[in-house]
Amino acid sequence: MDLLQLLISGLANGCVYGLIGLGFVLIYKATESVNFAQGDMMMLGAFITLGLTNQSYVGLPFWLAVILAIVIMGILGYLLEVVFIRPMFGQSQIAVVILTIAIGFVARFVAGLIWGHEPQSLENPFVGKDVGFGGLVLGLDEVVIIGTTLALTGGLYLFFAYTRIGLAMQAASQNQLAAYYMGIPVKRIHSLVWALAGALAAIAGVLFASKGAIDPSTGLLGIKAFAAAIIGGFGSLPGALLGGLVVGLIEPLSSRYVAAGVSQIMPYLMLLLVLILRPHGLLSQVKAKKV
Amino acid sequence: MGEPLLKIDNLESYYGPIMAIRGVSLEVNEGQIVTVLGANGAGKTTLMKTICGVMDPEKGTVKLNGQEIQGQDPDFSVRHGIVQVPEGREIFPLMSVEDNLRMGAFTRKDRSNIAADIEMVYGYFPILKERAQQDAGTLSGGQQQMLAIGRGLMAKPKIMLLDEPSLGLSPLLTKEIFAIVKRLNKEQKVTMLVVEQNAKIALDTAHYGYVMELGRIVMGGPAEKLRESKDIQEFYLGQRSEGERAQRRWKNRKTWR
Ligand SMILES: Nc1ncnc2c1ncn2[C@@H]1O[C@H](COP(=O)(O)OP(=O)(O)OP(=O)(O)O)[C@@H](O)[C@H]1O
Ligand SMILES: [Mg+2]
Repeated sequence: MDLLQLLISGLANGCVYGLIGLGFVLIYKATESVNFAQGDMMMLGAFITLGLTNQSYVGLPFWLAVILAIVIMGILGYLLEVVFIRPMFGQSQIAVVILTIAIGFVARFVAGLIWGHEPQSLENPFVGKDVGFGGLVLGLDEVVIIGTTLALTGGLYLFFAYTRIGLAMQAASQNQLAAYYMGIPVKRIHSLVWALAGALAAIAGVLFASKGAIDPSTGLLGIKAFAAAIIGGFGSLPGALLGGLVVGLIEPLSSRYVAAGVSQIMPYLMLLLVLILRPHGLLSQVKAKKV
Repeated sequence: MGEPLLKIDNLESYYGPIMAIRGVSLEVNEGQIVTVLGANGAGKTTLMKTICGVMDPEKGTVKLNGQEIQGQDPDFSVRHGIVQVPEGREIFPLMSVEDNLRMGAFTRKDRSNIAADIEMVYGYFPILKERAQQDAGTLSGGQQQMLAIGRGLMAKPKIMLLDEPSLGLSPLLTKEIFAIVKRLNKEQKVTMLVVEQNAKIALDTAHYGYVMELGRIVMGGPAEKLRESKDIQEFYLGQRSEGERAQRRWKNRKTWR
């Protein structure tokens, strides 16, 4: 039972990594550059929710705060693309990557200014509650995290497979030139992808904050999620989730069965291993183009 | 005859400092199939890109039904009835054949007619119906060309720009594709502007033709006239009249400059 609880808690952590990883992969697939501010966007999403709902700040109802934070982060993602990323079109990938790193710094700085650098907890309806599943006692927060991630995954799948905009996002990421030729407004699609990544970051942030305290440097977790996404296969959305789950599980298991400190480096050891054995990640999506 | 459907005047496009098309003018009347012949690097693809808005011209105008459209984004041109079937197919490799077709209809407002039009495309290309749920990247080159044409049709274009549809296809399949182009022109009333290197089949299919060289139009006329022209016969149809000296070529070449 103890081990099972450990696994569930690892899985819940993994879900958060996976959701941040989804944001990385979404933007990467659409624009072929990596948004290193993805983790910081998650942190901002968490702090916006905290600022809106905690009694010491605005004190709105929790769910209202969550919805507002998702909307605000969606708009922020959209604007980041329009104001900073789009003008860089045609520049080298490295320039874009450095720009996103800078955006991350600014996000941490601004969060520090508004909410301070002390760790704070998000007041939420799940904290400290348990649910029992036939003898197995799980934290409600963990159940909520896993459930939300499952629902989001299903929702995203339906979105990409069946909606006109979702299909257009796929199309633009598979063949940008052809998307132009078909009259798909590729630039607007890119902005929408950033908006989606922002909204996802907000959800990941709320889930993360429902488990523990956050501070402005929480977003550095994004690096681990990035590694996890590469482990899973950076070009693939299911891969990003899988990578997150693998890392989430590996951490508690390695600190239990190997040594306490090892869990810190395990994700990166795994990363090296995967890169050597399966350079495109566990679920790679590489197919050659004909003629 | 009224105004041409597509009228291009003095168009110039650059890649950085390189001038790829140098003052091209041509006309396409409604209901016609018009072909543009030219060797590699003549600027045919650049011309097509400039017409549909993927590239902006430095000078000149592109008029569709009298309205200037040069320099607009491609989604504007597609909405106004110009669709491009690009060189090298450019399908969406990881999407199903049917989703590729759906993406062709992205700009359309009459969503309810899309399913019927997908069936119309399948009517012309039955093999696509067989492969409807297969990833488009796994189709053969010829099937991908059919998909690219079908995807273009889904936009309900007034005029379709076909960039080297015969590229990489067997002579038999090339014939099939051109036969379908002809049928689409007749039955679906799609005006066609076809860029080709295969002059024979292009001139057999088209009503009117132009020859492009080094970014310029050097010759234009009804297809049957071009077929008879000695220059075209020598340079594009690979025929040489017996007993003529090789240097004749150079002499004749001058006539198109
Ligand atoms: N992206 C580019 N950057 C710089 N020059 C280019 C680019 N694309 C084409 N060119 C140049 O512009 C000229 C015209 O090219 P274009 O692709 O239009 O020729 P084409 O007639 O379509 O040839 P082909 O029959 O081989 O497809 C060529 O000299 C080519 O080298
Ligand atoms: Mg070309």
